[in-house]
Amino acid sequence: MAKFDLNDSGVVVIVGSGAGGGTLGNELAQKGIKVVILEAGPRIENQDFINDEWDSFGQLAWSDMRTTSGSWRVHKDFPNIPAWIVKAVGGSTVHWAGASLRFDEHEFKIKSAYGNIPGANLLDWPITLAEMEPYYAKAENKMGVTRTNGIPGLPGNNNFKVLEAGAKKLGYKEVHTGRMAINSEPRDGRGSCQQIGFCFQGCKSGAKWSTLYTEIPKGEATGNLEVRPGSMVIKIEHDQSGKVTGVVYADETGAMQRQKARVVAVAGNSIESPRLLLNSASSMFPDGLANSSGQVGRNYLRHMTGSVYATFEKSVHMYRGTTMAGIIRDEAKNDPKRGFVGGYEMETLSLGLPFMAAFLNPGAWGRSFTSAMEGYPRMAGMWLVGEDLPQETNRITLDPKEKDKFGMPVASVHFDDHPNDVAMRDHAYKQGAAVYEAVGATVTYPTPPYPSTHNMGTNRMSEKPRDGVVNKFGQSHDIKNLFVSDGSQFTSGAACNPTLTIVSLAIRQADTIAGAMQRKEI
Amino acid sequence: MREIDRRSKYDRRVFLKGAAVTAPAVAIATSTGLGITDAWADEAGTLTPATMKTLLKMARDIYPHDFLGDSYYISAVKPWDDKAAKDPAVKSLINDGVARLDQEANERHKMPYAQVAWENDRVALLQRIEGSAFFQKIRGDLIASLYNNKEVWPRFGYEGSSAEHGGYIKRGFADIDWLPKA
Repeated sequence: MAKFDLNDSGVVVIVGSGAGGGTLGNELAQKGIKVVILEAGPRIENQDFINDEWDSFGQLAWSDMRTTSGSWRVHKDFPNIPAWIVKAVGGSTVHWAGASLRFDEHEFKIKSAYGNIPGANLLDWPITLAEMEPYYAKAENKMGVTRTNGIPGLPGNNNFKVLEAGAKKLGYKEVHTGRMAINSEPRDGRGSCQQIGFCFQGCKSGAKWSTLYTEIPKGEATGNLEVRPGSMVIKIEHDQSGKVTGVVYADETGAMQRQKARVVAVAGNSIESPRLLLNSASSMFPDGLANSSGQVGRNYLRHMTGSVYATFEKSVHMYRGTTMAGIIRDEAKNDPKRGFVGGYEMETLSLGLPFMAAFLNPGAWGRSFTSAMEGYPRMAGMWLVGEDLPQETNRITLDPKEKDKFGMPVASVHFDDHPNDVAMRDHAYKQGAAVYEAVGATVTYPTPPYPSTHNMGTNRMSEKPRDGVVNKFGQSHDIKNLFVSDGSQFTSGAACNPTLTIVSLAIRQADTIAGAMQRKEI
Repeated sequence: MREIDRRSKYDRRVFLKGAAVTAPAVAIATSTGLGITDAWADEAGTLTPATMKTLLKMARDIYPHDFLGDSYYISAVKPWDDKAAKDPAVKSLINDGVARLDQEANERHKMPYAQVAWENDRVALLQRIEGSAFFQKIRGDLIASLYNNKEVWPRFGYEGSSAEHGGYIKRGFADIDWLPKA
């Protein structure tokens, strides 16, 4: 396995090993480029994942201090856990559910499609669906997405069967077990789904795609990729010409190291990535790196989310089997007649008993709560996930008081729902309840958003440097050897789960970086 | 459909093992066939037996599940005695909180909270202190100490860890049999 010198200034340093960083690292390594991935968390392999919600949360979740503000309920219920994401090799591809959907064409150009909406900071992506299609195809093949490349869909579990029956009664047309990066048959050296459940706790069988046991070992096998776990990047450094020269990071022992680099790619998810750029401020870049537009950290997107759980007369056992293999897509279209722009997906979801207690209605107590809990085995559940609108004031900033153990300011996350988000959620709650009532639900529970799993938009792509942080290849407008490689480069969030688009962008970005290195542009 | 056996088959084993419930008095009571007595509360070293019993009553009133015996709630609140022993701030939070709750009860019912007969009346008292750090601490802790107790899970029809059983692929992931034909 490769081991590169700290003074090797020829390497590409990638910060983070998830969907963006892990994919980019492997793609570059396959092209013969030397890569060092610095991952803040430990390396935990499949067999060590835990089928227990709280124990797994303790094992995998990013629980370092963060602060929050704004009118979103997460601020009240979980003030220091704005996001439910992973700190481990593989990043949030360890925790993700596997839903792998392409954006619709209009979702790459929402300013054109939706017009001017007060309070929102809409912008078209500098790329189109047509430009993305070949990369989507590569990503689907790489990840083994069901219902693409001739791969059959996953079998539906009990939770899906309830969703499907209700959806059909309601007249919804596009209902199936999803496009999932979970093997429905053995593929790419990994077995097929054993219907374990616990997709969010790390897939013990490896049927679900995660960079941890796909991209990363493949990249390592080339001899061009070194992954350093337990390595928290503190600061990106640059020279007098304004080019980045490397990073300073705390290694596994807490000692500070300086890794030189030819290129730096930031992929620490949409809270840590802008935090790192802001914490890298210098006399030359007093507002942080890549921030001449002032847009670093702004336009934080977390999706319009919510859940509907419903209780029936008879058992469902929703927790058995693949967590999110079930979708209704009919509401994903943009149909402003519903009272909002953009659309949403309805996807099966289940929580175990411990997380149901924590998330069904945080803070609630008494008989109405316990009566809901007693319906647990008779419950079905769905997650509502839709497009939320970029707002400049929804943003990641550096907390003025709180510092991490290395003395660096922690991220502070501010979020307010846009009225469009609220109108969409209300619509989605109503439709979600109707799906279940159509097949005999005796009670339905409109459940508030959990800490954010889809974090996007805080270093967004723009055609013009004044509107965003990076160009159409994720290359920062200000510094040509500094890239952003995660969901923070999203110009807008679309209705669907973001991972497939992050992976597609990373594959595309690897071509860009390799080409520019070959041409000696960077 | 494969249903879950929800009988409390675990109770006896847990008590005898004494791991989840560090209350030998409970074990004795159970193994001798007697009901649970108040003896478990007398074992508290830092908090008074009356305070422990108040915490038990609070736990039942906050998250009332009539199919769960006191043993589950006792194992949820018992660790407060240890925590109070280790941290004087916790000790005073609990003692002051219970004192205020009893004061509310005495003013309205001329008796301490734990002796107020009807749940509705006790819940009304809890609502008066709902915003306090004491109440929120007890309630927040119960979310994990009650619902994250593996012995409780089968009572709610939850099966817990599945990978070691081969997942649900052959154990009913798709065995629902009552839905209308799609």
